[in-house]
Amino acid sequence: MTARVLLIEDEPNISEAIRFILSRDGCDVMTLADGQGAIATVRAERPDLVILDLMLPGLSGLEILAQLRADPVTQTVPVMMLTAKGQGRDREAAERAGANHFMTKPFSNDDMRAAVRALTRE
Amino acid sequence: MPFNILVLSCLAYVIFLFLVAWAAERRADRGRLGWLQSPLIYTLSLSIYCTAWTFYGAVGYAARSGLEYLTIYLGPTIVFIGWWWILRKLVRIGRQQRVTSIADLISSRFGKSNLLGVIVTIIAVVAATPYIALQLQSVTLSFSVFASPTDEGFAPPGTEATAIWVAGGLALFTILFGTRNLDAKEQHHGIVTAIAVEAVVKLIALIAVGIFVVWFMADGPADMIARIDTSDIADWNLQPGRWAGLLFAAGAAVICLPRMFQVMVVENADERHLATASWAFPLYLFAMSLFIVPIAVMGLERLPSSANPDMFVLTLPLAEGQGALAMLAFLGGFSSATSMVIVESIALATMVSNHVVMPIWLRLRPSRAVSGDVRRLVLLSRRVSIGVVLALGYAYYRMSGGSTALAAIGLIAFAGVAQILPAMVFGIFWRGATRIGAASGMTVGFIVWAYTLFLPSFGPDAVIPAMVFADGPFGISWLRPRALFGVATMDPLLHALFWSMVLNTAAFLIGSLLTFPGPVERMQGAAFVRVFDTTSGSPRGWERGLAEPEDLLVMSQRIMGDDDALTFFETEAKKQGKAGYLPDPTPDFMARLERRLAGSVGAATAHAMMSQLAGRATVTVEDLMAVASESAQIMEYSARLESQQEELTRTARALREANEKLTQLSIQKDAFLSQISHELRTPMTSIRAFSEILTEGELPPELVTNYGRIIHDEAKRLTRLLDDLLDLSVLENGSVQLNLGLANLSQMIDRALASASHTKPERSFIIHRDLPMENIFIRTDADRLVQVFINLISNARKYCDSETPELRISVRQRGGRVAVDFIDNGSGIPKKSQALIFEKFARLTDQTRAGGAGLGLAICREVMANLGGTITYLPGQGGAAFRVAIPLRLERKAA
Repeated sequence: MTARVLLIEDEPNISEAIRFILSRDGCDVMTLADGQGAIATVRAERPDLVILDLMLPGLSGLEILAQLRADPVTQTVPVMMLTAKGQGRDREAAERAGANHFMTKPFSNDDMRAAVRALTRE
Repeated sequence: MPFNILVLSCLAYVIFLFLVAWAAERRADRGRLGWLQSPLIYTLSLSIYCTAWTFYGAVGYAARSGLEYLTIYLGPTIVFIGWWWILRKLVRIGRQQRVTSIADLISSRFGKSNLLGVIVTIIAVVAATPYIALQLQSVTLSFSVFASPTDEGFAPPGTEATAIWVAGGLALFTILFGTRNLDAKEQHHGIVTAIAVEAVVKLIALIAVGIFVVWFMADGPADMIARIDTSDIADWNLQPGRWAGLLFAAGAAVICLPRMFQVMVVENADERHLATASWAFPLYLFAMSLFIVPIAVMGLERLPSSANPDMFVLTLPLAEGQGALAMLAFLGGFSSATSMVIVESIALATMVSNHVVMPIWLRLRPSRAVSGDVRRLVLLSRRVSIGVVLALGYAYYRMSGGSTALAAIGLIAFAGVAQILPAMVFGIFWRGATRIGAASGMTVGFIVWAYTLFLPSFGPDAVIPAMVFADGPFGISWLRPRALFGVATMDPLLHALFWSMVLNTAAFLIGSLLTFPGPVERMQGAAFVRVFDTTSGSPRGWERGLAEPEDLLVMSQRIMGDDDALTFFETEAKKQGKAGYLPDPTPDFMARLERRLAGSVGAATAHAMMSQLAGRATVTVEDLMAVASESAQIMEYSARLESQQEELTRTARALREANEKLTQLSIQKDAFLSQISHELRTPMTSIRAFSEILTEGELPPELVTNYGRIIHDEAKRLTRLLDDLLDLSVLENGSVQLNLGLANLSQMIDRALASASHTKPERSFIIHRDLPMENIFIRTDADRLVQVFINLISNARKYCDSETPELRISVRQRGGRVAVDFIDNGSGIPKKSQALIFEKFARLTDQTRAGGAGLGLAICREVMANLGGTITYLPGQGGAAFRVAIPLRLERKAA
């Protein structure tokens, strides 16, 4: 069965790159450009994986993660955090908030594919 | 000897004295005091005690009353030998309090009371009147005696006319001498020196006459003694009461006479001179008195009984044909009289002008204080006073008839000035003496003296009717002037002296005991009585066992703090071989404790506190004054500490602010680096991901083209970001190269609009412009200014959220500045963000991203700063509104 991935990323070019990489690897990728409708979409679509940018206009990635983890319906959904800042502080904050994986921009496409496969295996 | 020659010699002598005084004054002015301040000069100046009375009158006195004349010399001798007790104190007080006269001394002792100054002045002037009359009388007598026997064809003027001339001459002489200028310190070196010269002249003259009498008229001392033995004078007719009274009067006079006070205290330059004077002055008096008896005996023996014994000094040489010796004797007598009159009238004039004229003048003209006027007024009042004093003397001479024995007149004056003695002596030895006591004592004494001695001296019916002498005023017999309270058997002089002094002292004591001194009086009293107590305030000795150690410890703990006090007491106890912390209150320990406390609270306070605990309950006024002045010092010190504290606080605040700023800068730097990292990583992510996709192959050609363009765009974005960063760095460092030139504002806006149209070209913007106003030439860096315009227009194109976006560009020129406003019709920038928009990477996160790196407005701000202008946000204009203000003519910086 194909893994369904929800990608929330405000940089359109990066969003397109990830969408292309994962689609070609057999994933079903939905994209959102900001955090506005993120929670509702996760509740409605029940994706196998949420890829979340840390710095989003509107609602930040960490806030979205916290809300996901607080909601019984969405609290088990695997979440991969993406960030361009790449400081240790941000990684810790993300892991504390309940992120399953943390990936720093820029990334290699192989790493992205491997991480998504690992997170969507079961 | 012709009268006119006599007058000429007098004049020559006076001119000689004048020169002496003038030379001494010159020396003093040049600061070369030298021998002018020697003890010898001081002692010789004291000899103004010996006036015409002692020169002429003593011989007469001896001829009339035998050895009683010696009292006049013995009184001062006793006072001077006992100088340590009174004179030393008077001189010290006089120097310390800068006393100008005896009236000033009494007045300042009793709280600077002017009433007392006036009373003393009146007593002194009235008492001096007979004394000055005595001098006039003696000089007049000497003139007539000297001039008449050898008169050939030239008649000397009558005695009355002579007296007037003498008085006038002396007044003139004194004014010329004593009031040439107003000395600040009331010291007259010239006069003192002249007086010293006169002292030598009169001593030589008297001794010369004496030697002539003993060795030339008699056959040497042995023969002289034999003659004296046969004479009446030798009869030892001692009247103890009279002797005691006269000794007292003479002793009092040598202290209280205004002229003696003047030379002894006011003119004193060095206290040690007193030590010399204490033996040298009695020696001088001894020399002056040595030949009195031989002259008197010889006079009585050789001269006719009609001859005035007061003039024996003059008449004996004349009778023997010794013209030159007679001339010397005449000059000696003249010296005695003139020196007395000069100093006495100067002293009195100082008192009159300081205590009578000046207070009245100050009261009459309270508002106008012209210093030059005062100087002239003081000099004038002193000159007039001198004239008045001599006029009074002359008046007394005329009224008393000019026939009384010289010594009798002098004793009246002695008794008069003695009225000042109780106030003076009690004043310097008894702190309980008060102003009221002094005033009542002196007033009572003065009235009694005047009533019993001074007024009667004019003779019956002159001032007091003869009936009063016989029956008393209004028939009250116990008020008879010569028999007060019914005591009729006493000698008149003694009677007056006794009653005036007794009543004076009684009134003084009663007045002092009944009244309480005011604060100034108390302080002055303390300063006078304790003038030698210079160590006041320093630790005085403590007696053993007066204070409880516990009390001392409690007090010390309060002052020094618990730990310090306990440590100190423990150490002290250990020193005494005691355990614990309560040492015995030995004098040693008390003194150490006081010193220790003084370190904390000041010496005076420490002493006062210790005194209280040691049972010395008398905390005196000086103690309190010392405490007060100490507290003032402590307060000043703590005020200084406080201001230092404030300064420290200010410094600390400045440091904290600087530190905060640094921390802020450090945080900003971290934030900046983090921002740059983010801004760089974002395009890099796209470039890396797409380039990997491209290398992986198997792509449809349209995707290859599309992804290739993305890589290209993102690479451009990276480049632009790096350009902006470098630009900003250059602008911030101020190392930017400006390319100044004249440019048309309208053309610059055209260029900016054209450039900015590449941003969001899909949006159609309506631009409002004011072309006529834009038509200005500005001297600036056109490219940089256009860069700012482009930024603002691009921002409007990116962020204006209106459906039908509009941008209004308006221009205003005021003074040397041009303002260009860019206002769009969007929703503007929220108030909370307005302060942030010019910061780096302040891209407002709730705005749709439009490709900028968030450095645009930061760069604009730096550019404007470099162009000498500003860029500001204008709140409340509807949409986003920016104003760019630039100088019309930018000049190149001097640097």
